Amino acid sequence: MSQNTKKHHEPLIHIVKRDDMVWWQAWGIRLAAIVLGVLLIGIVSAVLTGESFFEVYGIMFRGVFGRIFEGKTSMLWKFGQDTVILLCLGLAVAPAFKMKFWNCGAEGQALIGGLAAMFCMIQFGGKLPEWMLVPLVIVSSIIAGAIWGLIPAIFKARWNTNETLFTLMMNYVATQIIAYYVYIVGGGSNVINPVETGALPVIGKSQYLLNILIVAALTVAMHVYLKYSKQGYEITVVGESQNTARYIGINVKKVVLRTMMLSGAVCGIAGMLLVAGTDHSINKDTVGGQGFTAIMVAWLGQFNPFVMVLMSALIIFLRTGAAKVADSNMLNSSFADISVGLVILMLVGCEFFIQYSVRLRRAKKGVEA
Amino acid sequence: MIVEFISRAILLSIPLLYGSVGEILTEKSGHLNLGIPGIMYSGAIGGVIGAFLYENACGNDLANMNPFLAILIPLICSILFSVFMGLIYSFMTVTLRANQNVTGLAITTFGIGLGNFFGGSLIKLVDSDLPSIALTKTSKFFKAELPFADDLGWFGEIFLSHDFLAYLAIAIALAASFVLSKTRIGLNLRSVGENPATADAAGINVTRYKYLATCIGSAVAGLGGLQYVMAYADGVWSNNAFGDRGWMAIALVIFALWKPSMAIVGSFLFGALCNANNYVQGLGAETQELFKMLPYVVTIVVLIITSMRKKREHQPPESLGLPYFREER
Repeated sequence: MSQNTKKHHEPLIHIVKRDDMVWWQAWGIRLAAIVLGVLLIGIVSAVLTGESFFEVYGIMFRGVFGRIFEGKTSMLWKFGQDTVILLCLGLAVAPAFKMKFWNCGAEGQALIGGLAAMFCMIQFGGKLPEWMLVPLVIVSSIIAGAIWGLIPAIFKARWNTNETLFTLMMNYVATQIIAYYVYIVGGGSNVINPVETGALPVIGKSQYLLNILIVAALTVAMHVYLKYSKQGYEITVVGESQNTARYIGINVKKVVLRTMMLSGAVCGIAGMLLVAGTDHSINKDTVGGQGFTAIMVAWLGQFNPFVMVLMSALIIFLRTGAAKVADSNMLNSSFADISVGLVILMLVGCEFFIQYSVRLRRAKKGVEA
Repeated sequence: MIVEFISRAILLSIPLLYGSVGEILTEKSGHLNLGIPGIMYSGAIGGVIGAFLYENACGNDLANMNPFLAILIPLICSILFSVFMGLIYSFMTVTLRANQNVTGLAITTFGIGLGNFFGGSLIKLVDSDLPSIALTKTSKFFKAELPFADDLGWFGEIFLSHDFLAYLAIAIALAASFVLSKTRIGLNLRSVGENPATADAAGINVTRYKYLATCIGSAVAGLGGLQYVMAYADGVWSNNAFGDRGWMAIALVIFALWKPSMAIVGSFLFGALCNANNYVQGLGAETQELFKMLPYVVTIVVLIITSMRKKREHQPPESLGLPYFREER
């Protein structure tokens, strides 16, 4: 008798890779994840602070937008500024990430860009006319950022050195260089007094308007670059499969170097916007750890610049709002980081349900296992 | 002075050692856990919360405190917090197959936020009237040194004057080294990290190994945070004081070439480098800032050299960073 009496262990659920999901379904799932995350934040803050559940969102909204309905727009401008800086860093890392080059060094690249801007503003301020100085500030920060991004890329291309850790370490090297510079210029006071020479001009009603316009232009440019240019296509191919790229005659090393230079250059622009556009000064915390948040913006936005606009707005909203909720209850404003982390984890997790479907085990009648 | 320098370097190196041994265990299962900085923060705050509640329960009176409980409660709380973070990470990356880098960075954001939030709000949350979190009493129990350490001069100060968590760190590193290279479990774990499909075919439960390695690794890393607060900072919590030691621990993994025993040497070197600026004579404050760059520069140099030499035994686990989906082979 050949009957096999051994019982087969069958898992309760099994996971199947989906074919491509319709775009609105995928975004429905992502939206659900965001809503779930935001609800969770509301519940946690209601429990911690004792405010009512709905009041939490009221505080968040007022904390971010201020008295917008009474015509006061200053908070709205600040919100726009924070969003575009994060977005700019996100735009910078997007091409590198799309190429599967894990550029965790946006922070350092932006700091070095900002440093170059600060250096020019201080050294050449008053010696060069403004119409020469401002372009010099812009160009030097772009070049500085590009060089800082290029260094890890050279080693990656030549010896396949791990870029995640290399770029990470470069952040701290940059931070210490800034600390050194601030100490020298500030005369031991750890502060550089705002320098007005060489700063970006203020246009319109708010000092943030120019920054917002520049990043808006960058967003469109990056979209066109990634989607419609030949170089953007090469980035996609290298990211999907280096072997394929080599097979169809793409010079992988060249693409890696070029893309990281671009990535660093855009980071340099972000640093320049912060230093020459807003603060007119620099310190170790000018970028404030946003280089890491930017990676998540790029990833969650699926490397689509327009989706990244929404993602950075969402993250800035949560960050500012949650900090306000905690502040108004005398709690520590690091609650902002917890909230942002929570929603990002939700969003990262929900990708699973977009790519795979979970099926319950079906009773198989009459089928021998 | 040289004795003080060495002793200080050892003290500084212990959190790094915990962090890097934890990360090595995790990476051996094929997971690059960039959440270690956050996990170390949450391990630290877990211990602080435990100790704070216990001190409060004892009426903040040293006489009421049981030395055994004073150590055990923070220790368990710390492990619970960091294992919880490790569970989130492994659920996301193993079960949900999310991108490891992004998940890790999110865990780091979350964990650092958790640490700073509770560190800054604990007093308000439990309606205590203390001015700040200063767990000096619990810290005393943690820092109890061997009674005869002071009698032995320089030998005693360098080797015997440390807190018990420091010795535990070295013990864990040696044990991890033994398990990884000499036991069946270690062999299985390494095979999961090198090639999960092969391991799976050989009948190894890949998912279980990945979960366990990540969670145990997180627990070990979290102890580093606890050691920092209780022994280095004398039980005083201040936000962001732990700094970027978590990232340094991750860098140390490469420096140690994925060997826990090498991590002992590496962490001591890093501890010394972090500390060197205070001991080199005639440094201005601005040069000190440049000196603080040293550990990172050394890491970069090691990173480059190991990638240039390409020795087979010095390479990272083959499938580090890649998700494993059985049906995709």
